[in-house]
Amino acid sequence: MKKVYSNAAEALDGLLHDGMFIAAGGFGLCGIPELLLDAIKDAGTKNLTFASNNAGVDDFGIGILLQTKQVKKMISSYVGENAEFMRQYLSKELELEFNPQGTLAERMRAGGAGIPGFFTKTGVGTVIAEGKFEKQFPTGPDGAMEDYIMEEGMFADLAIVKAWKADETGNLVFRKTARNFNAPAATCGKVCVVEVEEIVPTGSLDPDAIHLPGIYVHRIIQGTHEKRIEQRTTRPAA
Amino acid sequence: MWDRNQMAARAAQELQDGWYVNLGIGIPTLVSNYIPEGVEVTLQSENGMLGMGPFPVEGTEDADLINAGKQTITELPQTAYFDSAQSFAMIRGGKIAMAILGAMEVAENGDLANWMIPNKLVKGMGGAMDLVAGVGRVVVVMDHANKHGVSKVLKECTLPLTGKAVVDRIITNLGVLDVVEGGLKIVETADGVTEDELRAATEATIVG
Repeated sequence: MKKVYSNAAEALDGLLHDGMFIAAGGFGLCGIPELLLDAIKDAGTKNLTFASNNAGVDDFGIGILLQTKQVKKMISSYVGENAEFMRQYLSKELELEFNPQGTLAERMRAGGAGIPGFFTKTGVGTVIAEGKFEKQFPTGPDGAMEDYIMEEGMFADLAIVKAWKADETGNLVFRKTARNFNAPAATCGKVCVVEVEEIVPTGSLDPDAIHLPGIYVHRIIQGTHEKRIEQRTTRPAA
Repeated sequence: MWDRNQMAARAAQELQDGWYVNLGIGIPTLVSNYIPEGVEVTLQSENGMLGMGPFPVEGTEDADLINAGKQTITELPQTAYFDSAQSFAMIRGGKIAMAILGAMEVAENGDLANWMIPNKLVKGMGGAMDLVAGVGRVVVVMDHANKHGVSKVLKECTLPLTGKAVVDRIITNLGVLDVVEGGLKIVETADGVTEDELRAATEATIVG
């Protein structure tokens, strides 16, 4: 089965519908599926729910879909870099569900692994625990009981992901900290579309060095990425 | 009284050889400048990296290599990369010995508030809730009072919590306090600060 498509619009053809739930990879602007986000903007799909650690900045990443009011709800851990997001949230045009960062990552991982719920210590005794099922486990010193809350696995209609390289069967290699949420997001989508910097011939990746096996990947495109840097910090040359 | 760098230097004394640690944004980031001689620590960045190196030399920045504050950084010979699920698996799993974090408020029972001011500042908790729930030891580094001069070391937090009874030690510009049974215990005072001054500047109960 052919997984390689010629561009983002073609790769998303038939997959988008209003009101859908999309899991997206990326941390800040690092490793975000920028070409696929552009294509979703062009497609004009509306009332989207996004699970994504961040919401981009005003003119890049998911921020471009906020500008066009295509997003109904964000599930994120940190949204501090986006002024338009704040404006829409405070004026109640946009729903926001805060998930602790590790809980968000684990919800994606669990969903992809067929685990509909799990228990975590994260958020116990905070607003995150409100309305959630609680249970104690003997994980403390000398078997003392400790409080946990149940969080749910995430099952997205679509996962959009950025990787460094793919082969034609969808085996993926990420680069440095651009891996971040891309791997867990990829696994929790019914369909996963991946954009990469380079598609290499099948057989040219070391099978021992593949970060995400192609079983999770349904469609692939190669493209040129802006890869914008959010905080350029440097030190003087020695 | 300690300045930002002296607070960071004091916090660096908390580090032990061989530890894996996570440093938060702000003053905690400065701690890496003061790691004591002979102490080897590996810095974790929760966006998916162990072995975080210094900022890159200008012209060598890499968009694929950032820390949790979204700043460009570098790798070290021992660096390992992983995804966000694994990153928080090692955090929740108790593999990270210590986190050094900033705070808006800390209470005498170890409650920590550092992520939200209702109707004012709604940015999100990022990885802070996972860190305080999972790491071996939580050290807070912050100014003792807010910009209006009001103590941030309280009997009870007024802001939404990041974690309940999670803080072990507080390092401020006025000194070092430990969370113990019944309140806070003075460990040491900053240069030129007396114990009485530290007590007077603290709303929380000081025991012992």
